[in-house]
Amino acid sequence: MSYLKGFLVTFRQIFQKRVTTPYPAEKRAKPERLHGRHVLGRYEDGMEKCIGCELCAGVCPANCIYVRGADNPTDNPISPGERYGFVYEINYLRCIHCDLCVEACPTGAITESKMFEFSFTNRNDAIYTREELLVDSESGKPKQLPWEDWREGEDLNTSGWLRATSPNGDASYEGQIAWSGDLGYGIREAEIGQSDTKTPEEDQ
Amino acid sequence: MMIVALDPLLSSDIGFSVVAVMLLKVVLAFALLMVSVMLVIWFERKIVADMHNRVGPSLAGPWGILQTLADGIKLFFKEDLLPERADRVVFRLAPYLSLVPAFLSFAIVPIGGDFTNGGDGTVSIFGHRTLLQVADPPVGILLFLALSSIAVYGVMLAGWSSGSKYPLLGSVRASAQMISYEAALGLSMATVFLSSGTLSTSGIVSGQATWNWNLLATGVIPFVIFVIAGTAELNRPPFDLVEAEQELVGGFHTEYSSIRFALFFLAEFMNMITMSAIAVTLFLGGPNGPILVKQIAWVWPILWFFLKVMAFLFTFVWLRATLPRLRYDQLMDLGWKVLIPASLGWFLLIASLNIGKDRGWSTFLVVPIGLVILSLAALLLNGAIKKAKDSSLHAADLSEISEGTDQ
Repeated sequence: MSYLKGFLVTFRQIFQKRVTTPYPAEKRAKPERLHGRHVLGRYEDGMEKCIGCELCAGVCPANCIYVRGADNPTDNPISPGERYGFVYEINYLRCIHCDLCVEACPTGAITESKMFEFSFTNRNDAIYTREELLVDSESGKPKQLPWEDWREGEDLNTSGWLRATSPNGDASYEGQIAWSGDLGYGIREAEIGQSDTKTPEEDQ
Repeated sequence: MMIVALDPLLSSDIGFSVVAVMLLKVVLAFALLMVSVMLVIWFERKIVADMHNRVGPSLAGPWGILQTLADGIKLFFKEDLLPERADRVVFRLAPYLSLVPAFLSFAIVPIGGDFTNGGDGTVSIFGHRTLLQVADPPVGILLFLALSSIAVYGVMLAGWSSGSKYPLLGSVRASAQMISYEAALGLSMATVFLSSGTLSTSGIVSGQATWNWNLLATGVIPFVIFVIAGTAELNRPPFDLVEAEQELVGGFHTEYSSIRFALFFLAEFMNMITMSAIAVTLFLGGPNGPILVKQIAWVWPILWFFLKVMAFLFTFVWLRATLPRLRYDQLMDLGWKVLIPASLGWFLLIASLNIGKDRGWSTFLVVPIGLVILSLAALLLNGAIKKAKDSSLHAADLSEISEGTDQ
């Protein structure tokens, strides 16, 4: 009767739960710190965080970032510092989403978002300009480009807050807010686990 | 007129209305078969997907039910390739050689009509009494055997005329497999003829209009053999050596593309339906079944027939999802050394029982004697097979040794 065992195995599969997600129609939840496309942040007063220091371009292993800094106009400054990023381009045909630019940024201006589903049809669209990367000057939300597929809530949590759980590996940073405020969100709270005061030994 | 058909429709004068009813039946059968092929392909893909824990076609129409239609339209607009080394005429002819028999053999299957309580299975269409089948020739099921033999030509010529090696291998396998399994198929059918005394499908079905569908005589060995041989005849898994993707690319239809490929596919699934319908007709009482609501009495036979066929279709899909493909020698061994002797033995047993009944011999004497003779024959056969295997192994050993000395 062991012949029939195999038939039972296949028959039982009919009633089992499917693991398939019908992808473009329905999406699985993304990890909170997924490395998607970049966003350039603004302070709460609407000033740009980027100071045009070009550290991100220097650290980029794929050479995909091009930055030119310029002196802030004295009558109408764009960033709180001396200079601002006057050209800022990221080529997404080259970017490997390693997040080293985010690590390197001294002001937390550049961060990565969860959005990675974009399909442009020419090379010019692949190069995101400063205007496209900057968050909206009113709402502080990232700008959606026509070829990007976003879902509800994916454009949240796109600031230096993302670095909350990796404060340079130094235990003294635990629970401390080491990031600046964002337009539309204010200074975000440290995440659960990042701010609790338990030592790693207690945690285990 | 009785020679042409047993249908009461044709026994009266043939006028315009009779022709019209006939045409209606033909068109209905054609449409029914086409639509059910479309649904069966979807059904198979969906069930196999379920058994693989996948989702299956889900985008075309609700639950992907129009997937076959979409595939058909796509295939229709594809480029129709003709290989340079192909035999042009035969290459073009072959798909029709497998499609037309698949269509025709469905014509003899009664899909409805009440055969119980002495009913003759006829229904009334526009005032004419007629059987719910396109044709009911007295040779009945022999027509099916003949047509399925023609279908072998479709597969064989397709492979041969492609002028390419994998199709050729596939078609050589196909002709050997289909011919050897047709013997077992025919022998298991012969037992049904013995117990029904007729070849006509409506006669067989009305002979099965008892509570047990004659399962005692035909349900044990002939039915099992018919299902196995039928699966092999259809070239369906686990007997799909003809189109074994892993070994032969696509088998006999490797070189076919576009609508010609679609025709082969259509024929394959149509044969699957027809084989299920024939199995239901021969062994499971066709449309016979209890009539539960008297007001819509004509619906029940059709419903029972449909359910029985569905059970077969599901089994075919289930076999495909479960069993791995047989090796070629296993296939031949199963066909020639197990199925043919077993069906022949059962045929002889039923025949001797029938003769015993005619002569007034005691059944209690005929059955044991028959069983003893049959088991003796089985022992002899087993011994012969074993001896043959031993000697061929010995010969192989010898040739290996002689090859060794040559080097």
